Amino acid sequence: MSANLQRGYNALKEVLDAPIASYFSSCVHCGLCAEACMFYTESGNPKYTPIHKLEPLRRVWFQEATLAGKLMRLVGLAKPVTDELLAEWSPLVYDSCSLCGRCSMVCPVGNDIAYMVRKLREGMAASGNAPEGLVGASKRTVAIGSPMGVKWPAVQAQIRHVQKDTGLTVPVDQAGVEYLVLMSSMEIMNYPEYLAALTRIFHKAGASWTLASDAFEATNSGIQIGASDIAREIVMRIVNAAERLQVGTVVSPECGHAFTAIRWEGPNLAGRTFGFKVKHILEVLDELRRSGRLRTKGNKSIPMTYHDPCQIARRGGVVDQPRTLLQMVASDVKEMDEHGAMNWCCGGGGGVSANERAEPLKLKAFARKKAQIEQTGVKTLVTACANCRITLEEGLEHYGMNITVLGLTELIAESLDDETTSADGGAA
Amino acid sequence: MNATAMDLLIWARGTGFSLALAIALFGLTLRVFEILSLGRKHDFAPAREDSPGSGLRTVFSRSLPLPGMAQKSPITYFGGYVFHVGLLLVIVFFVPHIEAIRAVIGLSWPGLPTAVIDMVSVATLLALVAVLFDRRRNKVKRMLSGFGDYFAWGITFLPMVTGYLAFHHLVLDYTLMLAIHILSVELLLIALPFTKLTHVVTLFLARWYNGDWFGRRGIAS
Amino acid sequence: MNTVETLGEILRRRGVSRRGFMKYCATTASLMALPPAMAETIAARLEKASRPSVIWLSFQECTGCTESMTRSHTPTLEGLILETVSLDYHHTLQAASGEGAEQAREQAMTANAGKYLLVVDGSIPMGDPGYSTIAGMSNVDMLLDAAKNAAAVIAVGSCAAFGGIPKAAPNPTGAVAVSSLVKDKPVINVPGCPPIPVVITGVLAHFLTFGGLPELDHLGRPRVFYGESIHDRCYRRPFYDRGLFAETFDDEGARKGWCLFKLGCKGPVTYNACATTKWNQGTSFPIQSGHGCIGCSEPDFWDLGGFYQALSMPTQKLGKVAGAAIAGGTIAGIAMAAHNRSMKASAKQSHERVSTDELEKGE
Repeated sequence: MSANLQRGYNALKEVLDAPIASYFSSCVHCGLCAEACMFYTESGNPKYTPIHKLEPLRRVWFQEATLAGKLMRLVGLAKPVTDELLAEWSPLVYDSCSLCGRCSMVCPVGNDIAYMVRKLREGMAASGNAPEGLVGASKRTVAIGSPMGVKWPAVQAQIRHVQKDTGLTVPVDQAGVEYLVLMSSMEIMNYPEYLAALTRIFHKAGASWTLASDAFEATNSGIQIGASDIAREIVMRIVNAAERLQVGTVVSPECGHAFTAIRWEGPNLAGRTFGFKVKHILEVLDELRRSGRLRTKGNKSIPMTYHDPCQIARRGGVVDQPRTLLQMVASDVKEMDEHGAMNWCCGGGGGVSANERAEPLKLKAFARKKAQIEQTGVKTLVTACANCRITLEEGLEHYGMNITVLGLTELIAESLDDETTSADGGAA
Repeated sequence: MNATAMDLLIWARGTGFSLALAIALFGLTLRVFEILSLGRKHDFAPAREDSPGSGLRTVFSRSLPLPGMAQKSPITYFGGYVFHVGLLLVIVFFVPHIEAIRAVIGLSWPGLPTAVIDMVSVATLLALVAVLFDRRRNKVKRMLSGFGDYFAWGITFLPMVTGYLAFHHLVLDYTLMLAIHILSVELLLIALPFTKLTHVVTLFLARWYNGDWFGRRGIAS
Repeated sequence: MNTVETLGEILRRRGVSRRGFMKYCATTASLMALPPAMAETIAARLEKASRPSVIWLSFQECTGCTESMTRSHTPTLEGLILETVSLDYHHTLQAASGEGAEQAREQAMTANAGKYLLVVDGSIPMGDPGYSTIAGMSNVDMLLDAAKNAAAVIAVGSCAAFGGIPKAAPNPTGAVAVSSLVKDKPVINVPGCPPIPVVITGVLAHFLTFGGLPELDHLGRPRVFYGESIHDRCYRRPFYDRGLFAETFDDEGARKGWCLFKLGCKGPVTYNACATTKWNQGTSFPIQSGHGCIGCSEPDFWDLGGFYQALSMPTQKLGKVAGAAIAGGTIAGIAMAAHNRSMKASAKQSHERVSTDELEKGE
């Protein structure tokens, strides 16, 4: 066993737990998970069947944690876990899975396949079988602070822009405030309107908030690549900043996996419950709405639809808030046939969009989202995840579709009461 | 006198059944220990309050297909329902089976007329054939399937078909067919803990873990 | 011994009317599932059949089989048929005893070598020959001696056919069936405890009429009499199909004559003619009297679970087996659980921190 394999194999033994054992014990090979996965439905290739992507983990479970498997291994009948196997499975585990968890919803015996893919990635990463793109992103995040190599000066430049545009102050490193706002590097690089929108919304709501100069990046490559040690290091930057600044709530940006990283995996990586709350920006906005601190005026009449980011909706439980918020500002919202907890993924989540190797497959898988959008017939697509947004934009461009993609937060900000915006201005 | 059908029947109802039941119970107990001993890490992330989902909910809700899914794989769903429900009805409501169950657990209940059991059996057999056919035809299932899958199908089909043939006095003498039927059930019992048929027990664990995970996050899965 | 007189002549001499004889032939024909026209053939052949010599050996038995055939108060045709054969040796029925009886047997065996019919009731003890001897001769020796020159061997009753009650667990005498010992001769099994009289004489009639053995099933039983199960011919069968069962011997269902399956009826696995010919000159049979069939004409019926245990029930006590299996599973489970926990603990211990350097294969 090579040192790499040893490390990976050990990592897989570490992740084994009762749910995984129940799941593998229960699978009857009915193949329904394939029907829930756009990597299979759009490619038609059976190797993209979700449960099949877990073969290395299944083997480790079988031969390490069952009597039958141990006896089979003793007589040499258990299928081995080798370097070659892990290398062969790397594209299945990373390129063809966005951890969207749709398969986990349809499995008749209740297998949470996405949960297991996340666990399997621990072994893949530890054995050096993660794709280059994700390795690079992880390295940049650890070394520089952000997967895209964005440093604090870039944020500062954006802050200056926002302050100039809005005439408002963007607070930095302020202690004792209500909200610590995080961003994703995608927002810093491609969607500066997010910070501007937040600044205006919080100003209107009279909420105290701050950015942290040492913890502005919310995304977590460690989660995507499946290296908890790295994920912990990244998430602790935020935890330390939040605790140093003694904020009440850490606000996850419009980014799906960042929310998962801080809200759900964060406390488990830290091994303790945080002294602050973690909320997605949509949850915060909805709370502000309910308490009357967020008021909008006017209604955009152009038809829109909402794309649920998987980690926020299905894997994060934020389903109703975006709909309520969207109803505040748009009068003609059409739902896609399958939405909310059963939405179809854009295809770029779970590190797929950071993995160049997966590009052709990702675009192929996008055909599912394309069909969903076409079915609604709308030209404006709203979402709440910068990673979804960039994937959607790329996909729409690839398929030559003329559709505008908007972030929900900025859409809300455009309709803030007392703000002057042209009727359909934001959508154009 | 060589071994006769009656000898076989006596063995099947006696030693054979005791042996099979013992292996099944031994195996299932072992399997449950194996699974649960792996434990589950405490979740430090605060669960959502007022979640519509829960482990218990998913234990039940996963018995129904999500909207749209049934059309995507009709044979899997329709065939699956027919043969699962059919097996359940035949096992639990055919009077001779009730008597067998009474001997094991001491409880009994009214049975269904044999004409009903007969129709259900035919439907179950047809559904089993259909899902096997689909396993060969559907590329996903074909790719996933190995010896274990066909073996599990075989030992599920065998008790059904031998029971049916015995009841209708087809192919073989009734006594011999009945003995084979009981032996095939014993094969099923023995294989239960060590094949994918274990899902009859572990699916409740799996669904519960799934439902609990999603439930903590505010989703009814 | 007069072997010139034909059966027909004997019957007429005994005052059996032509009509009564034809009725018997018709019954025999229908019992043997032959077309009605065959009654004429049977009659014609029986008329001409010469009186065969029959040697009847009784081993480990209860005389119930002989009782079965002789207990009728009014002389029956089957009784007469039996009487018309030259019963040269039969413990219970013959007048001779002691040396004389044994001499009669030996004499008949010599005089009719190769032609006599050997009828056996009772099983043969193989554990110790002393368990059952006749005139100092062990059962097995007597059987093999008599079988040597027999035309055919008929094992009457479940003991002779299958070992019967003597062979029931734990089989203290090492009882075996006739067919276990006689291998070079056709053995016709006529099981039942006891067999139906008309079935015994029917076999004899078949032998006399057609000169050979009837078609036998895999257990050596004449297919014509043992071809269908009691269950299939039972008048209570419709209740089984409708799911109507007597739960106890004195409940509503029992009074209404519902199916006795739950009360342990072995009709489904018992092949015999009881449900059609019935007993005591067609009066009734056990199920009709309200008791389930105990399967007496089947091999090892005594060990087929309890008489009152439904056929589908496991026959052994399962409580202890189940308890032991769960206990064993728990022990093995605890061992595997300990293994799994230490496997997890050691994996955790050998965890090497994954830094970004390890993400790349550093071969």
